[in-house]
Amino acid sequence: MSILITKDTRFLIQGITGREAVNLTRENLDYGAQIVGGVTPGRAGRDVYGVPVYDCVSDVVAAHGKVQGSIVSVPPAFVKDALFEAIENGIEIVVVVTENVPRKDVAQAVELARLRGARIIGPNCLGIISPDEAKMGGVGGPAANTRQAYKKGNIGIMSRSGGMTTEIASTLTAAGLGQSTCVSIGGDAIVGTTYAELMPLFEADAETEAIAIYSEPGGRMEAELAEWVKANDSRLPIVAFMAGRFMDEMKGMRFGHAGTIVEGKEDTTSEKIARMEAAGISVAERIEEIPDLIRKRLNRKGEN
Amino acid sequence: MRFYEYESKALFARHRLPLGKGGVARSREEAASVAREIGGPVVLKSQVLSGGRMKAGAVKFADGPDECPALFDQILPIEVNGQKARSVLVEEKSPVAQEYFVSVTWDGRRKLPVLLFSDMGGIDIEEVAEKHPEHVSKTHFSSILPITPRIAKEAIAATGVSGGHLNKLTPIVFELMKIFLEYDLTLAEVNPLARLEDGRFIVLDGHVDMEAEARGRHKALLAELGVGEDETRQAREPTAFEIAGRKVNEVDHRGVAGNVVEFDGNLGLVIGAGGGSLTLFDAVRKHGGKPANYCEIGGNPSVTKACELTKLILSKPGVEKIAVMMNVVSNTRVDIVARGVVKGCLESGKDPKDVIAIFRIPGSWEDEGFKILEKYGVEYCDRSISMYEAAGKAVAKMGGATS
Amino acid sequence: MPGLFIDVKVADAVAKDPELAKKLEEVCPVSIFRANDSGVEIVEENLDECVLCDLCIQAAPDGQVQVVKLYES
Repeated sequence: MSILITKDTRFLIQGITGREAVNLTRENLDYGAQIVGGVTPGRAGRDVYGVPVYDCVSDVVAAHGKVQGSIVSVPPAFVKDALFEAIENGIEIVVVVTENVPRKDVAQAVELARLRGARIIGPNCLGIISPDEAKMGGVGGPAANTRQAYKKGNIGIMSRSGGMTTEIASTLTAAGLGQSTCVSIGGDAIVGTTYAELMPLFEADAETEAIAIYSEPGGRMEAELAEWVKANDSRLPIVAFMAGRFMDEMKGMRFGHAGTIVEGKEDTTSEKIARMEAAGISVAERIEEIPDLIRKRLNRKGEN
Repeated sequence: MRFYEYESKALFARHRLPLGKGGVARSREEAASVAREIGGPVVLKSQVLSGGRMKAGAVKFADGPDECPALFDQILPIEVNGQKARSVLVEEKSPVAQEYFVSVTWDGRRKLPVLLFSDMGGIDIEEVAEKHPEHVSKTHFSSILPITPRIAKEAIAATGVSGGHLNKLTPIVFELMKIFLEYDLTLAEVNPLARLEDGRFIVLDGHVDMEAEARGRHKALLAELGVGEDETRQAREPTAFEIAGRKVNEVDHRGVAGNVVEFDGNLGLVIGAGGGSLTLFDAVRKHGGKPANYCEIGGNPSVTKACELTKLILSKPGVEKIAVMMNVVSNTRVDIVARGVVKGCLESGKDPKDVIAIFRIPGSWEDEGFKILEKYGVEYCDRSISMYEAAGKAVAKMGGATS
Repeated sequence: MPGLFIDVKVADAVAKDPELAKKLEEVCPVSIFRANDSGVEIVEENLDECVLCDLCIQAAPDGQVQVVKLYES
């Protein structure tokens, strides 16, 4: 099992003829993805690595039947419309890779997704991977690199950083801990799906036994996760890595992702660490501590 | 991107929010002439991108125009939380009967706009929320469904406000909600919104933040307010080094080599990406290293961009060596970055093997990248060396540093 | 200025072919080739941007375009 996607997930790519999207198409196909079509308005009739291009999402659906997912890789100004188009055509899960999308656009698309029962991952993310099963997005890069870093197993990963998703997976893999599903959730102030919103899915996934997360300053996402873990008495041990500790002294400066800015006390790493630890989440100071911390937590669980 | 108070008020004026009489003074003479036009007592407020002006002594009161030039001279040089004042806003000072707090912002957890209202304005809202929760209301509203004034009315009424005050406050608060959505703001705050003794309601102070990513959509407004395209409005003004960093990133459209932030250490950092840079910067500091800069490379930048970034960092006075480090890369290519930094060293007249303390970028095209590094004798490591360990190796080469 | 890392060689036999010159200019993602009246010209300042995609090699008759990694020699 995996969460969000399986090897049977059929998806399309919006903006498929763009430079980044062409890469994504190649990498996802090589990893075994079922990409049924692509959309770039005005480019119908072309193909990208054999994937047919259409003008509208509705054309893809008409030609290929039910499509579960979409990757949105269009310029920031067109992301909202692309999301609305996907959602209104029955797409259930949309991964937005584009950076620099204004948060109003994201919030509006999230509202529509809620009304229609769809889910958005991102923006500013590298997508989802369930090793040996499927991947949807740029996570891990070329298929060969992806297979090197990610191995099938029982650890779920959630990360506000796309690159660090792979760094953590690679570290777990080297330590003999494979992954169930890894989700790059995006680095913006408002993202389609937060840690806490993914938790019920991991909780229900028989394959997932523990979670590793990458987190950083800014926002309330870690607090939300801590609350969720306490309120739901989660069965899953969680180990978090907290980056950007230096930012605690640099209020109002934006480093890293768009969502990474310390505006108030609650945004600081020290506050986040305290909240997570209070909820029973182990916080690692270095990436390489994550595998041991996970093993310790799993062993302790086994003894109970 | 934060607006100055006078810019916030100019935006409010476009939407007919009630404002007191006043004007911006850029000289001591202007301060007096604005006060003369107002007639009667005035307040002079430093125009600075920071709260805490009152505490810093950057807000002064005058009975009339005569005192204004001297007060202007007093206020203008005061830095508030490291921010310099741009000008002084001179406004009528009228007796206040009551202060309210109104704020619209995004709730990143609910992913909805949220309206905060209190009939105990003027003081720290967090404190009010803690001590007098019944005087603060928090109301989420939709960003796609039509909004109507009843949302504002309910939010105000929830704090116990009724009668004529409720009816006068409702359209003001509703307008602020609309302004928030229309201009892609991340904060639209009026604190205090005052009820004067003469019965008028006016905006006494306003704080507006526009999302940087949405600037392109509001060019007309920004031009009208006089906000320059290169103004970042960050917590501090960009340094010349940081401005040069931005230029490097604009060399071409391939990838990112930017977000350069200046520090005063001796170890230059060519690091990436978003999360990796934060992780590595922490690691360098943990080992006792002194970073000369923060930066981010990502999205597979061109060789030219990586080269120019390297040259910029090496040109910074005090930089002895650079550390080139990233997390395991997916779309950024190891060989492209390797070419860029090696070239940057050579074009700076330095030997890559002396000046690159460590190269730790594993991932896409690493075999090709490592060949380049071997040819130039640069010490590199693969993913078996953690980011933390790589940072330690770099710091150890700096000499004098403890780890 | 020649490339520090990459050199591209077009065999004399095809260097004057205007058709091939156009094709090379088209396929190269980093603009290393420029088609002109007398055939194909190498844009030296772009050589180091070569992403080793091999599209130029595939576009030309066997062995007529070579991409040389100078760091291997």
